[in-house]
Amino acid sequence: MTSAPHKDEISGVDTTGHEWDGIRELNNPLPKWWIYSFYVCILWSIVYWVLMPAWPILTTDGWTYTKGLLGYSQRAVVTEEIQDAQAKLAPFRDKIAASEFSEIVTNPELMSIAVAGGKAAFGDNCAPCHGSGAQGAVGFPNLNDDDWIWGGSLDEIHTTLQHGIRWDADDDSRFSQMPAFLADEILERGQVEDVATYVLTLNGSAEANEQSARGAVVFAEQCASCHGADGTGNMELGAPNLADHIWLYGGDLPTIVETVSYSRTGVMPAWSTRLSEGTLKELALYVHSLGGGQ
Amino acid sequence: MTTTTDINDTSSPLSTLVQEAKGLAAAPHDAYHDDGETHVAVNSERNRPLYASRIKVYPKLAKGFFRRIKWAVMLVTLGIYYVTPWIRWDRGLNAPDQAVLIDFPHRKFYFFFIEIWPQEVYYITGLLILASFVLFLVTSIAGRVWCGYACPQTVWTDLFIYVEKWIEGDRNARIKLDKAPLSLSKISKKVSKHSIWLLIAFATGGAWVFYFDDAPTLANNLLNLSADPSAYMFIGLFAASTYLLGGLAREQVCTYMCPWPRIQGAMFDDDSLLVSYKDDRGESRGKHKKGASWEGRGDCIDCGACVAVCPMGIDIRDGMQLECIQCALCIDACNDVMKKVDRPLNLIGYDTPANKERRLKGLPEVAVNLLRPRTVIYTFLLIAVSAFMLTTLVTRATIDLNVLRDRNPLFVQLSDGALRNGYTIKVINKEHVPQVFRVSLEGITGAVLSRQFVGHENVSDINVPADSLKSVKFYITLPYANRGQLDNGEADLNIVVQNLTTQETVKNATVFRGPED
Ligand code: SF4
Ligand code: SF4
Repeated sequence: MTSAPHKDEISGVDTTGHEWDGIRELNNPLPKWWIYSFYVCILWSIVYWVLMPAWPILTTDGWTYTKGLLGYSQRAVVTEEIQDAQAKLAPFRDKIAASEFSEIVTNPELMSIAVAGGKAAFGDNCAPCHGSGAQGAVGFPNLNDDDWIWGGSLDEIHTTLQHGIRWDADDDSRFSQMPAFLADEILERGQVEDVATYVLTLNGSAEANEQSARGAVVFAEQCASCHGADGTGNMELGAPNLADHIWLYGGDLPTIVETVSYSRTGVMPAWSTRLSEGTLKELALYVHSLGGGQ
Repeated sequence: MTTTTDINDTSSPLSTLVQEAKGLAAAPHDAYHDDGETHVAVNSERNRPLYASRIKVYPKLAKGFFRRIKWAVMLVTLGIYYVTPWIRWDRGLNAPDQAVLIDFPHRKFYFFFIEIWPQEVYYITGLLILASFVLFLVTSIAGRVWCGYACPQTVWTDLFIYVEKWIEGDRNARIKLDKAPLSLSKISKKVSKHSIWLLIAFATGGAWVFYFDDAPTLANNLLNLSADPSAYMFIGLFAASTYLLGGLAREQVCTYMCPWPRIQGAMFDDDSLLVSYKDDRGESRGKHKKGASWEGRGDCIDCGACVAVCPMGIDIRDGMQLECIQCALCIDACNDVMKKVDRPLNLIGYDTPANKERRLKGLPEVAVNLLRPRTVIYTFLLIAVSAFMLTTLVTRATIDLNVLRDRNPLFVQLSDGALRNGYTIKVINKEHVPQVFRVSLEGITGAVLSRQFVGHENVSDINVPADSLKSVKFYITLPYANRGQLDNGEADLNIVVQNLTTQETVKNATVFRGPED
């Protein structure tokens, strides 16, 4: 609210004309020290402009800024801090790279650094396929559970990380190749359905019946050599356990039929060419720590 | 209200103000000349300065009841401030023995028998809430008691003014000294005053840092010049602000910098006891000759004693003012005068607007009404918050348990059909000796605890060192056969942690999740 400025009756001072709920503002002079502190601040800001990065400027190379005489940069400070932190960690990471798993797991300090480092490396490299919580997805194994295709001990996880799965560029890459039973015309369509029905009975998801009995015969002939007579798989060969509750591509009849018909050939890169040995160890320890490690 | 103060007496800051005001009021109107030009007088309102120089205040030393109270308050508050860091309090081997210590490196606050951990900072919030309610209550009962008696700004300014008086003399001597030309004695007086001020300032900053480190050790290090540079920096910072605010800025702080005077105006009501001049009794004021009659005039003899003692340089007879910190020194000054002229005391005194109203109507004064909605509400809130804080303080556990459930993934399906959830359990041992804590589950059957690399026998015991936090990752596995406990993919359970030495137990409620059906 504004009203016309007038002289306040009590103080003899002009009002500014501003009024709130009947309270009028007096136009008292500002104390001089106040204005002087203000000038000092202005001077200080000029000093600051000279010393510190301050103004954006347009040059022929595009936008840049005045760097200031002190050459201060927050980015440089952060880089330095990161380097400091890494320098502090370096002895531990060297030790992790040089130690056996058995030595690391009995050293709580190394272990906590390794798991933390592994977690960061996982987020950067593995999460795109396996998920940020390592929970996996269809075709990408869940690393939290206790079901391992190529083994869940620290050494096995480490080997998988180093050489990958079905990674042609690495001679030591782990390879398993299930035939595409329908596509390669090894089995008839009916036989594929029979064997898929039988597989469903292995973990108790379905009752045995006539069809599954026919499938059992096919299974013994075609599948048992890798997946074992009881279907519990073979980690040496990378043959998954078919008698448990965990399915990489899905445990319903149509999906199993599809898997048997056309096979599955998921690929994981070999990381030894991209990550340091220390990081690979840290990753193995991290994955192992997710709860399924053996 | 008429003002008959001698405005030619330039020694009084009030009269300077009055002169200024009068000069302005008398400003002539602009004269309009036939040449079409407007001539404006130098002292016209249009030339009014936007900035005013500070008018120095020379408070006279008051003597009397309220001055004595203020000395006592100063003694107690400064005493508490300087002595507290030196009080010792035995907490055993692994903890500091300083009664009051803010230990930033270890993120702990010690206050006698109370130890506050970072996650208990809400106690400090609680204390601040309590402090503000006390402030509100006191202000609504008796005005700016905080400002007038206990505010550090007031206490230190009082001390600095006392030093000034001790060296340069009282009000008149100081005015004279400031007007006198530069001389050896003037320089020596000024130098000694500022030196003592700086000493006090450094003592103030010096005492401050002792709250943040072991006082005797730090004192030793400070003297050896081997203390942390930040200690010297803070001493310097606090010395500078003490000297600046208490010695140089003084009343300017209250008038121009502090927000509190603006807020508290809203806290008074008609029953608040405020330092006031009873103009119904004092007016009309005027000089009084000894033996002359008091008939037909007020009790105020217009001696200016109340203005002379005022540390804010104002005249209480102008009514309630923003500048008045209600230090009550003008009461002492006026009572002195009233005794001399043999009139009743308390012409200036603690008075309520309600009583003034009654006196004006010719009614007798009434006792102060303490039971008013605002005082009752403040008191109630004060008691409620204190009671709440006291209960939480007394019943708080020496174990602190925090359970964080894994959310990514929410649950894991195992090969045998069992479900597994991950939990990070954080246990704080607030005892000064290591403790073993046993973790168990409640409210869920068949669930099994496990930990990476820990054998089944030791799985539930956590060793936590003295005064530390330990974070342990646990897995809870619910076998396939026990899945029935899940209701829509969820089961409630408690994680129970027991200190095996003290048998003290804490629980934390959480959930176990599985697939939604
Ligand atoms: S007017 Fe009186 S109570 Fe107010 S600040 Fe001055 S001396 Fe203190
Ligand atoms: S001290 Fe008392 S008598 Fe003297 S001017 Fe002030 S109010 Fe009047």
